[in-house]
Amino acid sequence: MATMGIEEIEKEIIEEFDFFGDDWESKYEHLIELGKSLPLIAAADKTDDKIIQGCQSRVWLNADFDDNGMVYTADSDAIITKGMIALLVRVLSHQNPTDIIRANLSFIDKIGLKEHLSPTRANGLLSMVNQMKKEALKRL
Amino acid sequence: MELSSIRQNFPILGQKINACDLVYLDNAATTQKPIAVINALSDYYSHNNANIHRGVHTLSRRATDLFEQARKTTAQHFGVANEQQIVFTSGTTDSINMVAQGLSKLYLKPGDEIILSMLEHHSNILPWQLWAEENGGHLKVIPLLADHSLDYSAFEKLISPKTKLIAITHVSNTLGLVTDVEKIKSVANRHNIPWLLDGAQSAPHMPVNLSVLNPDFFVCSAHKMYGPTGCGILYLNERWLSELPIAKTGGGTIKTVSFEKTEYVEGALRFEPGTPNIADVIAFAEALKYMDAIGMQQIFKHESELVQYAQTLMKEIPEIDMYGIHDHKAGVISFNVKNQHPFDVGTLLDKYGIALRTGHHCTQPLMKHLGVQGTIRISFAIYNSKQEIDYFIEKLKKVIKMLS
Ligand SMILES: Cc1ncc(COP(=O)(O)O)c(C=O)c1O
Repeated sequence: MATMGIEEIEKEIIEEFDFFGDDWESKYEHLIELGKSLPLIAAADKTDDKIIQGCQSRVWLNADFDDNGMVYTADSDAIITKGMIALLVRVLSHQNPTDIIRANLSFIDKIGLKEHLSPTRANGLLSMVNQMKKEALKRL
Repeated sequence: MELSSIRQNFPILGQKINACDLVYLDNAATTQKPIAVINALSDYYSHNNANIHRGVHTLSRRATDLFEQARKTTAQHFGVANEQQIVFTSGTTDSINMVAQGLSKLYLKPGDEIILSMLEHHSNILPWQLWAEENGGHLKVIPLLADHSLDYSAFEKLISPKTKLIAITHVSNTLGLVTDVEKIKSVANRHNIPWLLDGAQSAPHMPVNLSVLNPDFFVCSAHKMYGPTGCGILYLNERWLSELPIAKTGGGTIKTVSFEKTEYVEGALRFEPGTPNIADVIAFAEALKYMDAIGMQQIFKHESELVQYAQTLMKEIPEIDMYGIHDHKAGVISFNVKNQHPFDVGTLLDKYGIALRTGHHCTQPLMKHLGVQGTIRISFAIYNSKQEIDYFIEKLKKVIKMLS
């Protein structure tokens, strides 16, 4: 299992983002950097059946399981969405399925990026979180 | 009217978004509403609300008068002498569906063909596609030239003895390109084919005189013309006013009803079953008066200047691809930032208080033709200014830097 639990990682991310304070530009620049550094999903996993249909930006999600828990890789054609994915993958990968299903991911709100998970948002992220949990459910 | 005083007529424009002045450039989706329209809604419910037609009491007479006066105002605005040719609907989409369903009952036959264009909004594709699928009909599509304008010579070649209707957009909601209606009309008339003009994006931006254009059908939405949502018109020429079969029926459309046989009224009411959207229709008339007080020619001139101004500045940004650059456009510019997703650009510009639209704009066939997933679209209204465009350009450059 991961050395840090979900809430610990969330706390770490909140501290990281606290650094930006009210400066949304730096915050988004950081998010864009995270998006760019997201490990690439294997080309073989970037198939249509792995697409989570958001209205505008497409999201691909691949889920695996190993000794450390769930392993998620994901990608998007929009870089801000990719940045959000990087955060979600960092929090949920290598965690055990039960913890993933229970996670409420409140850090998204605390770092001021909650709007990206709203159901009206056209980026497919909310569906991605649901899909991540569904995949975890399969491994219980 | 001065621009500054025009802006003051729109209460919503004064607000801040994310601590920045709101710059509203999503007018092709829906425009903001002037205080006159907002007041008309509240006045109606505060003083005049009653169900219309057939009521003997004072309020009902008042509401009926206002509603029927709105029909006259709308007819005048569009240069139509007989106001019965103006049917109130819930909007462009509703109007097109009414025509498609009506025509499919008597007039359209299996194997018939309808001509559309590559520029159409889904609302002017799907009702025809539904007819085609259910009845063995066919859709023919006018292709585009290299500059994305309609290929009129290809259009004429699509005409066949089976062609029963031409349904075409007056202005492209994605590119802002204006259809040469005279060319459509002359071909339609020569072959004696009815034609429908989708005016959802022309009626807000330019003078539209229906007795000059003389289409068989014209449709538009109030909410894109400074009026309320859930309201629009279907204009029919004299022939279809009496001949178009109704798509829906119910109270208010009849002379007499028995279980054996119903006799329908003539005129617009035949197409308006049930209690109509009284308040919004009345407020829509205020929107038309508001536009007419400024002048449609004036509105077109102002918005054309904004388009020219923005296009010129945007041409100088090397990272930008613009689609459908043209001198004669109705208030819309579509573009992309090279190697960036429209969603990212739109998300960041929103942070600066700029409202615009990203995506396929309900024109997926056109997106496919352009070879893109989506575009970024800015669209103007009478209240937009060159200063707002300057601000937009400044922030766009900044966002391009942030993303690259
Ligand atoms: C060209 C065109 N046609 C039809 C529509 C549909 O209008 P509504 O959604 O008001 O029915 C729109 C609106 O976006 C449009 O731009």
